[in-house]
Amino acid sequence: MNLTMLLDMAADGFGERLVVGSRNGGLTARRLRELALAGAQAVQDAGGDAIVYLAVNGPAFQVALFSAAYAGIPLVPVNYRLGEEQIDQVLANHPRAYGIVDSRERDIVARAGLDSRSPEEFLAGAAELADAGKGIAEPVWAQGPAVIIYTSGTTSAPKGVLLKHENLASYVFGTVEFASADADDAALMSVPPYHIAAVSNALTNLYAGRRVMVLENFSPDRWLELVRTEAVTNAMVVPTMLTRIMHATDVDISVPSLRSLAYGGAKMPLPVIEQALREWPHVEFVNAYGLTETSSTVTVLGPADHRAALETDDPAVRARLASAGTAVPGIELEIRDEAGTVLPAGEPGLIWIRGDQVSGEYAGLGSAVDERGFFFTRDQGRLDADGYLFIEGRMDDTIIRGAENIAPAEIEDVLLRHPDVADAVAVGVPDEEWGQRIEAAVVGRAGATLDLEEVRAFVRQHLRGSKTPDRIVCWDELPRTVTGKLLRRDVVQGLVGRDQPVGG
Amino acid sequence: MKFSVGQTLSSPVDTTTVIVVRASEADAEITCAGVPMFDPRTGSAPEGTADPAQQGGSQLGKRYADEALGLELLCTKGGAGTLAVNGTPIPLRDAKPLPASD
Repeated sequence: MNLTMLLDMAADGFGERLVVGSRNGGLTARRLRELALAGAQAVQDAGGDAIVYLAVNGPAFQVALFSAAYAGIPLVPVNYRLGEEQIDQVLANHPRAYGIVDSRERDIVARAGLDSRSPEEFLAGAAELADAGKGIAEPVWAQGPAVIIYTSGTTSAPKGVLLKHENLASYVFGTVEFASADADDAALMSVPPYHIAAVSNALTNLYAGRRVMVLENFSPDRWLELVRTEAVTNAMVVPTMLTRIMHATDVDISVPSLRSLAYGGAKMPLPVIEQALREWPHVEFVNAYGLTETSSTVTVLGPADHRAALETDDPAVRARLASAGTAVPGIELEIRDEAGTVLPAGEPGLIWIRGDQVSGEYAGLGSAVDERGFFFTRDQGRLDADGYLFIEGRMDDTIIRGAENIAPAEIEDVLLRHPDVADAVAVGVPDEEWGQRIEAAVVGRAGATLDLEEVRAFVRQHLRGSKTPDRIVCWDELPRTVTGKLLRRDVVQGLVGRDQPVGG
Repeated sequence: MKFSVGQTLSSPVDTTTVIVVRASEADAEITCAGVPMFDPRTGSAPEGTADPAQQGGSQLGKRYADEALGLELLCTKGGAGTLAVNGTPIPLRDAKPLPASD
């Protein structure tokens, strides 16, 4: 299996269909293939053994992805928001890479000894070669990975996840039907190119024959405008984006063309998804759970489950709205205790995953799967009797107060239920007596005045005293990555003050 | 012959190409227009002529599955010949919707 098959099939089966970009001036499948073959030739001529992509998302990303595939080398999309030191570390792993780099980052890349060109220059060069009838004559069958994504290490150097052609292709073939999209379908992606969803969505949409557009700098107004003017039918967002759309005041949030909204990457606040289900009754909602290491989605909570949960009286079905859904074909899930014993349905534990799409391999660190081929997600959760996965949080985020393990999610879910709270985080801060004590930071809804003591009392009504935060502060916003993941270490630092040691 | 998931198979007598998306441990012979298919990356095309009675064709992007054998092929390049396993034509897979998340 090879990613080049996906583009070969697309060009063969629906070559004249627009697959990348706007209705005006976008690329057809045939043109995408021409540019990718030309790009592969350019990279080969330059002697590149990888393509480093350090720029915002856009058509150049798709061309680069397939140029790398035709040249038999990996694509390395790099997070341009990483600190300089971390970018240096990543670039040092690819000294002979062909760089496609935004002008802002050219200095950093030059320092690493890589030559580079902007995304526009790369595309123009590929177009010139393609129009002259040139392109790589013999595509190279890759020996190594298709894509290397460095997962954001907040405590250590970024680790490179090796996504092999087989992992990504098996994910696409297992979850998408070829050419299943209508010619009028259009997808809008709002995630940066170094996020696994950007890679997997580029592939699944191409294989389905669905045109993909990208909105890199999200704002609710810009998103809504794009959805309406480009008649977007499928959109993918991270939960904070949906929260901002739902909380926007004095804005028309109608999206008549939208048929499907997928979300993932972080936990979706229950009140937000409930509101969205009511505001957009014509939209099918999909919650996708997965990690970089699993080539994206491993479990899905589908549209029917979303609607059923909203409309039912059955508490077990209703609860599923907060779940990550059930495993996709080819994926097995296990919940294990700390000793590795597999636990039955209903018991909380650690989430382990196995399947062909699971990479489970880090650059230089070898295999990350156990002897049965299972990968440890570092997430905690449980399965219900019907195989629905409930994620309870990252193992490392657990607050340990005295002898009690407390999941921040439990406290955050209650805080988010308060009508004046728009965003919330609960963390453990160092405490001499308890080891850790619970504190929380909340963001108020626009136009609301928060009475923090009243919010604390609200939490105590719903949870035991030992799970009520000792202190709640009000912030303008919570520290999150651009894909919406909470930066809990930054929250702890903000609560205790930067000059105090942060333990645990 | 045993087949492995991810393997590409080509027809020696027409343009048909498939990849194996599901395979069991069972030995099987996969043919196109009656002639054994081969893996172009590891083997060479066997001799043979297309059986004129096996020209049902296969279509780009479609899946062909023999549930009893646990075998599923995805057609990556369409062609004229009929796909068959152990002499029996492989039908199109039952259209069960895939849970696409994107």
